[in-house]
Amino acid sequence: MSVLTTIEEIRAKARDGLAEVRNDAELETWRVAVMGRKSPLMSALRSLGKLGPEERKEAGRAANLLKTQLDQALEEKRETLGRARIEETETAGRIDVTLPARPLPEGRLHPVTQTQRDIVDAFVAQGFSVIEGPEVELEYYNFEALRIPADHPARELMDTFYIDRSGDTDSKLLLRTHTSPNQIRFMENNDPPVRIICPGRTYRNEATDPSHEWMITQTEVLAVDEGLTLAHLKGTLFELAKRLFGRDRKVRFRCDFFRFVEPGVDMAIDCFLCGGKGCRTCKKEGWIEILGAGMVHPEILANMGYDPDIYTGFAAGLGVERIAMLRYGVDDIRHFYENDLRFLRQF
Amino acid sequence: MRVPIKWLSEYVTVVLPVKEVAQRLTMAGLEVTSIERTGDDWEDVVIGHVVEVQKHPDADRLTLVTVDIGGDENFEVVCGAGNVAKGQNIAYAKLGARLIDARTGEKKKLKKAKIRGVVSRGMVCSERELGLSDEHEGILVITSALAERGKPLAEVLGDTVLDIDMKPNRADGLSVVGVARDVAALTGETLREPDLSFEAAGESVVLRARVDINDPDLCSRFTLAIIEDIKIGPSPAWMQEALLGAGMRPINNVVDITNYVMLELGQPIHAFDYDTVSEHHIIVRRAKDGEKLTTLDGKERVFTSKQLLITDPTGPIAIAGVMGGLATEVTDKTQTILLEVANFNPVNIRRTAMALKLPSEASRRFAWGIAPELAPMASRRVTKFLVELAGGKAGEGLVDAYPVISAPVHVSLARKRIAQVLGIDPSEEQVVQALEALGFTVESKPDRFEIGVPYWRRDVLGPDDVVEEVARMVGYETIPAAPLAGRVPPGVPQPIRELRERARDILVGAGMQEIITYPLTSLEVLGRVVEAEVLEKAPPLAVVNPLNVGQERLRTSLRASLLETLARNLRLTKEHIALFETARVYMPTSGALPNEEEQIVGVVTGSRLDRFGNPTDENIDFYDAKAYAARLFERLSVTASFVAYEDYGLLSGRTARIDVSGQLVGVIGQVHPRTAKEFGLEKDVYLFEIRIADLLDHVPPVATMQAISKYPAVVEDLAIVVDRGEPAASVLAEIKGHPLVASAQVFDEYVGSQVPEGRKSLAISVSYQAPDRTLTDKDVAKARDKIVARLRANCAAELRS
Ligand SMILES: [Zn+2]
Repeated sequence: MSVLTTIEEIRAKARDGLAEVRNDAELETWRVAVMGRKSPLMSALRSLGKLGPEERKEAGRAANLLKTQLDQALEEKRETLGRARIEETETAGRIDVTLPARPLPEGRLHPVTQTQRDIVDAFVAQGFSVIEGPEVELEYYNFEALRIPADHPARELMDTFYIDRSGDTDSKLLLRTHTSPNQIRFMENNDPPVRIICPGRTYRNEATDPSHEWMITQTEVLAVDEGLTLAHLKGTLFELAKRLFGRDRKVRFRCDFFRFVEPGVDMAIDCFLCGGKGCRTCKKEGWIEILGAGMVHPEILANMGYDPDIYTGFAAGLGVERIAMLRYGVDDIRHFYENDLRFLRQF
Repeated sequence: MRVPIKWLSEYVTVVLPVKEVAQRLTMAGLEVTSIERTGDDWEDVVIGHVVEVQKHPDADRLTLVTVDIGGDENFEVVCGAGNVAKGQNIAYAKLGARLIDARTGEKKKLKKAKIRGVVSRGMVCSERELGLSDEHEGILVITSALAERGKPLAEVLGDTVLDIDMKPNRADGLSVVGVARDVAALTGETLREPDLSFEAAGESVVLRARVDINDPDLCSRFTLAIIEDIKIGPSPAWMQEALLGAGMRPINNVVDITNYVMLELGQPIHAFDYDTVSEHHIIVRRAKDGEKLTTLDGKERVFTSKQLLITDPTGPIAIAGVMGGLATEVTDKTQTILLEVANFNPVNIRRTAMALKLPSEASRRFAWGIAPELAPMASRRVTKFLVELAGGKAGEGLVDAYPVISAPVHVSLARKRIAQVLGIDPSEEQVVQALEALGFTVESKPDRFEIGVPYWRRDVLGPDDVVEEVARMVGYETIPAAPLAGRVPPGVPQPIRELRERARDILVGAGMQEIITYPLTSLEVLGRVVEAEVLEKAPPLAVVNPLNVGQERLRTSLRASLLETLARNLRLTKEHIALFETARVYMPTSGALPNEEEQIVGVVTGSRLDRFGNPTDENIDFYDAKAYAARLFERLSVTASFVAYEDYGLLSGRTARIDVSGQLVGVIGQVHPRTAKEFGLEKDVYLFEIRIADLLDHVPPVATMQAISKYPAVVEDLAIVVDRGEPAASVLAEIKGHPLVASAQVFDEYVGSQVPEGRKSLAISVSYQAPDRTLTDKDVAKARDKIVARLRANCAAELRS
């Protein structure tokens, strides 16, 4: 029997075999049987050496042709099977895409942290450094140094937690009622120009209700330099308002009173919910007051060794919870520190 | 400060709509927090005339009142008030009127009702039911001349009241005239000063009364007037209405007049019964320690030498600026009034009022600081009313002791200062106009303004105070928003803060929820997580004046707060909960301030979740907690080792300390079931606690790249049998000690019949790699032999075949 006949037989067998193949595994079995090391085709190719030159040339060409053809058929079959698989996935393998996602671990920053960071970013972008100070503070830094002497009625605006201190009674210890002591602590040790913000927790000894918490997160803002005016304060806070509440916000200053600034102002933004027409959030005013600020009192600058005829400065204090309430539509400030996961996981 | 518009209109013509006036006041710093319109709700309430009062047939305390409202028929109403009488004008609510339920405080529609068997057609109202005040003892009796039967009550008593949140710098604003001054300035109107004129028909006051101020540091001025022939009775309706509008209850003409003038001018006034003051001689002096006085409220008060008293030669008769004495009180029998109008030291009055827990409208005004110029004015104003409204005969002149005369304040304001502070440069004309409208005098100099401050504006002391007045008048809306200019100072590094913020992001990224809890807790709660001995040795700082029970101490551990929060949330959900907080603990020190040490504490509990988020039977364990902590260290490029450890409140055998470069930076472990139970936690809870300051030194600012070998790695699995107590970390350390080992990881732990009793098998995947060549089988075999030899020697290990 000639080699050529053998090759033809192999071809016929391979063709029949391939037609039977239904999947990738069968295709692999077929490939090994037809083209593997131990396959008849390979033995046939190995036996070519035993033939005479003429016959070898002819048989060699036929065997190689068959090999190429089988390779091609194999590739075609692979593709056919692949297409069939995809088609099957698209039909029988359809899934319900509306089923819930596999649960990933759930972690979020506390909404107050998130808002605090947005506030910090707005000031850092304007060249402010972030400073932090003690929460347990000396009465001097919390009050006296800020022009709020003992027995001044302005103290009534800030109910204070005092800390029991046995022995040493030089200066009373308290939980800071605002982040403003950081102004003093920083100016004591640094020369102008100054641009700092001081985020942190503060404490007021007052009963809680939907708009009052005894723990309040504040951000103090302080800038001192030659030539700073109330207009720069407005511009700096305007930038904050736009970042937090939208680029088309308007800001409004009105007169307010804080002992450590003169003049003192209260800043409001036009209501971002009703656009200033008046709604529940802005109490029909069209404006929402978000922070107190003012020009640093010249007496404080002088006490810090800054010449108040040369240097002017501005300061502001923001209540982070109040801003978070406005941004997220939180109706009761007490939600923040109840730490109910059903609340925290909304932000 | 409540300011009725009718009253305000006595001194300034209110030309603009009330809302606009309120807006201007608010912008100028007198924040109007509400505009109340009394009478808006009194749609079906009219003036009624009581024509008859009869006893209720079945109830002693009730009466049947017949009310005439000028119509064809009268209405019979059941009434429970004792003060109702024939001939009165009262507020009659028709059926359907919306009134405030005196018990619940809610608004309710008045319905026809049968009270003890008698049908009541409408109601006779109390002040509380009308929303005028809290008074509900008796019905409101209307004495106004405007009262006519059937006239809507709103036309008689209706008014608009501005509620102003006065700031303590504006002591002058605690008066209707003070507010009127700002209204006049802000609306371009002129103030009408109160009329102080009266005819003095009596003998000279100076000859009949005397005052000595022994302590002029606490009393800068003291005036006395005498008004005889006083007839005590009700004050006129207009005064009662004004007081009601301002939130004060009318009592009688003398009390009402002193209250009215206090609210009008801001100067508190005290009236003595002239005949009860010994020798008609008043001595203002500090109390002797232990000195006593029975005050108006019938209570005996004991004083210290820091408190100021009004005395006569026999002893105390009043607490200066705070409260009068019972014995010298004006009563129905009083014929002659000795009128005190004085000026006291604000700090002293504030302290006394606080020490005696007697804050009042009067003490508040003294504490805020009153101009001494007001005393004689207020005295004259009260005298005028006592003459006109109480039939009094005023004595000639005034006793006026004024030992410390206050000099008028003068401010020199450099012109350039206005622009330097405000960023706007108003014209000279604007400045002068603004200040003069507020009562300042202005003298223009080439480079400055010389300014005289009016006596009532005691808050204006320096140039910037005047600048604020200019801003109030020209309007803050004229100040532009200028972008921040000038030099940017060098940044100030805050390593603790930066590390904390990174840690927050990493833990949240790993799936932990951040919480923020209160720093105040109780010793009892702290005692669950901190050893008693430690609490004793360094007691947590205590709050002198705690707000709530259980919030007396500054925490020295965050653990309790986390566990409490966990317990609260577990009542609502059974799923996997992982919480963390980064906050301060307050460690007592001998220094000025406690050490506020920042920590990160995480707690984990619950069960693992299936594909749909349902809890499975598999519980969270130590290694879940370790995963969060380990993630933190990995992300911070810190190599941390976990070493078996014991810690208070954590379960022995399931606790590790966390070391970085040999320094302890935190602990991790299972919360002791006993401790967990104290928080109401039944399931296993795992906790880690890391001290940020200790970690800080070991955190590189950025990670450093490690070279990646171009040559292939040979990976093989080794089964190493060691004693059960041998830490896997030690075995890994030995393996990783070989220079050809690129990495090694435990991928299984086996304890059971396949290994000897007391031993365990660790399956470890080892990756060998060289930076400069492809390793041969021989290289790997040699390395493995060396490793096994070291494990045998150092860890009592065997290679399991
Ligand atoms: Zn709105």
